[in-house]
Amino acid sequence: MAAASDEGMSPHPATGHLPGTALAMVGIDKHFGEVLANASVDFSARWGEVHALLGENGAGKSTLMSILAGLYRPDNGQLLVDGQPVVLHSPKDAIKHGIGMVYQHYRLVPSQTVTENMLLGLPGAPLRLDTRRAARDIEELSERYQLRVDPYRPVWQLSVGEQQRVEILKALHRGARILILDEPTAVLTPQEADALMRTIRHIASEGRTVIFISHKLEEVRSVADRVTVLRAGRLVGSGLDMAEMSARDLARLMVGTDLPGRIRPRPRASGAPRLTLRRLCALDDRGLQALRSVDLTIHAGEIVGVAGVAGNGQRELAQVLTGMRKPASGQVFLDDIDVTGAGARQMALAGVAHIPEDRLGEGLVGNLPLLDSALMKSYYQPPISSGPFLNLKSAVQFTRGLIARFNVAGATPRTIARLLSGGQLQRFLLAREMSMQPRAIVAVHPTRGLDVAATHTVQEWLMSCSGEGCALLLISEDLDELLQLSDRVAVLYEGSIVAAVDREEADRERIGLMMIGSYQPDQVAV
Amino acid sequence: MNGELLISICVAAIASGTSILLPALGEILAERSGVLNLGVEGMMLMGALFGYIADVETGNLGLALAVAILAGALLALIHAFVTITLRANQIVSGLAISLFGGGFTAFIGKPFVGSVAPAQLERIPLPGLAGIPVLGQVLFTQDPIVYGSFVLVPLMAYFIYRTRPGLSLRAVGESPATADAMGLSVISRRYLYTLAGGALAGVGGAYLSLFYTPTWIDGMTAGRGWIAVGLVVFGVWDPWRAMAGAYLFGFVDGFQLRAQALGSGIPQFFLNMLPYIFTIVVVAIASGERVQKRLGVPTALGQPYWREERT
Repeated sequence: MAAASDEGMSPHPATGHLPGTALAMVGIDKHFGEVLANASVDFSARWGEVHALLGENGAGKSTLMSILAGLYRPDNGQLLVDGQPVVLHSPKDAIKHGIGMVYQHYRLVPSQTVTENMLLGLPGAPLRLDTRRAARDIEELSERYQLRVDPYRPVWQLSVGEQQRVEILKALHRGARILILDEPTAVLTPQEADALMRTIRHIASEGRTVIFISHKLEEVRSVADRVTVLRAGRLVGSGLDMAEMSARDLARLMVGTDLPGRIRPRPRASGAPRLTLRRLCALDDRGLQALRSVDLTIHAGEIVGVAGVAGNGQRELAQVLTGMRKPASGQVFLDDIDVTGAGARQMALAGVAHIPEDRLGEGLVGNLPLLDSALMKSYYQPPISSGPFLNLKSAVQFTRGLIARFNVAGATPRTIARLLSGGQLQRFLLAREMSMQPRAIVAVHPTRGLDVAATHTVQEWLMSCSGEGCALLLISEDLDELLQLSDRVAVLYEGSIVAAVDREEADRERIGLMMIGSYQPDQVAV
Repeated sequence: MNGELLISICVAAIASGTSILLPALGEILAERSGVLNLGVEGMMLMGALFGYIADVETGNLGLALAVAILAGALLALIHAFVTITLRANQIVSGLAISLFGGGFTAFIGKPFVGSVAPAQLERIPLPGLAGIPVLGQVLFTQDPIVYGSFVLVPLMAYFIYRTRPGLSLRAVGESPATADAMGLSVISRRYLYTLAGGALAGVGGAYLSLFYTPTWIDGMTAGRGWIAVGLVVFGVWDPWRAMAGAYLFGFVDGFQLRAQALGSGIPQFFLNMLPYIFTIVVVAIASGERVQKRLGVPTALGQPYWREERT
């Protein structure tokens, strides 16, 4: 790989420019307020290579690449494209230099069609929109790169994988010679991820540079020629040859220490049925059917993982079980008690804890001190309150207890929630839910966006809860996490449970097929 | 009701409706770009007063309209600066600007109250077309600004849906981060369309003071700016539907004016109220479902954009 750039690797005498180098970033600093996102980071990539940018969440990968894409201005540092110094004032300048980025949160206008999204901001085109010609261009391009999309469909109708294809096509259509992909596999099924890897190799084989941001070691090893590693905003490994790196080396670079040991699978425990769903149906916000007759039983001490492409009913399932959405029909039992249609408070009182998808939207209040978030589920009970009055002293004491429970470093009851990191917030949230002494837990993407240490804490907590007899519904996009923690994995597709398979029988390939609705199970175990 | 009366009400309906249609079209542009402008009422008053003053001072109608455009745009510039550059709350800024526009024009306009505009817009029947029975009488015995609005509505619809700048406009209001990443300047577009909105509000105001009731009275827009904002929602940010809504308001307004003139025995204040009640009811019924489901609302409406915001 990168054969073209391996010969004659002596720097140009005047510019220090290595032939074959596509771009170089030198001494990049970037602050956001007090937070140091990049500290004198150097980065360079060659033409025709796949270059992985590896690091934990918050290591500064996306920031560095957003600077390259012209989105952020660096505080200090220099940028060279093809050996020429360039200054990027906006994404427009970056596009002009052939730099295209596929952001983690896609930059697509949902209400517009694929073609309209393609045409958006294209330079030098006539006033009138020639959608037909543009659609032809798209079809040609998608043929060439095996990125199938329907140019006339509005983006909101596309799956996440399709949207990603549109993003890649958009960058290529704009003549990107340097293509940046930010965590591109995070939301894909295993099959889609494999196809993406082939596309990436194809793009690189045309002499373009692909920069691949990730924190997943395995996929980085499988696709990249070289790797640069960031940790806490600083460079810890620069342009390392992938062939010479073991997964262990990379992990050590990325985390700074050896990775915490994997969570050990525990013996299967299965008590009495704890949480039972019978023919459960629910509508989504638009009034469309989101859950179709879901039958599922979770036993005490059992962890049932729910896999599925986002938007197949996971959100509604979690909401129904936590009392935040009324089911359209069907029943929910906690132990033997019918809790169908109970509200959020009743569900919490009944013993269903909730780790919501959106920590600062549904879980905690970002603009208020931790104290207020701590009380949200218990403010109406003594000793926190007596009558209409809050007992501030015991409230503070209660909050301190929560903070101490999981060591939320540096936090006090008066700390404004949104100033904490994702890991700190999640620890605090866990502590609050623990204080409710739950009998069942609904956890939605509980480790998303967390660093390795916080992920470990959360996973251990989930395991220990199940060890104490809690029934656990774990909704996650991370298939590895699901397979690692769950006793059974259920796959949601278009609101139905395609299958619930035991851990021993669950493999990535099969679950991936179920997630896209193209697997016919011979038997459905529920 | 006889035919002649109905036709005269329809003629009045279009004139009355045009004073709302123009600001509503302007508001569509601003809101499509993501800027909620609640200052329309104030901008209309600015256009009405300064257009009128220019008319009184120079007797030049074209100049008066140009001044009205500038006056509306100037107030919109304040709104744009406060909400786009300083990223302040658009609702608060809009309300403040409406109140400011009302007070400021009442203060400046004091010496002009009561006189009549020397140069007024005239109805110009279009030769040939005006002869068409009923339709010609209603549509083509109007003044140049009405004719202008006839052209403006299809032009704007074509612009929004069928041209590149229109696509960019929609993208900026739907997903500014996307537009920005595609190399489009969100800030300059929002400024442009907010100013355009203010300019159209200014023309709408001047239409009142130079034609509809060719004089200057404090607060003469009487809430028409607010109706325009409501019509944008009713019209789902679409020029054609906004036009329909504006004429509907105009029709009820024309009807109540005739009813007053003919001495119907219904109290005058009740009649004055009618077009507004009617608008509230129509907007409530027509947009209930759409508003609930947030159909057609520019997704980023009301949200300031800042590229380096970290979410």
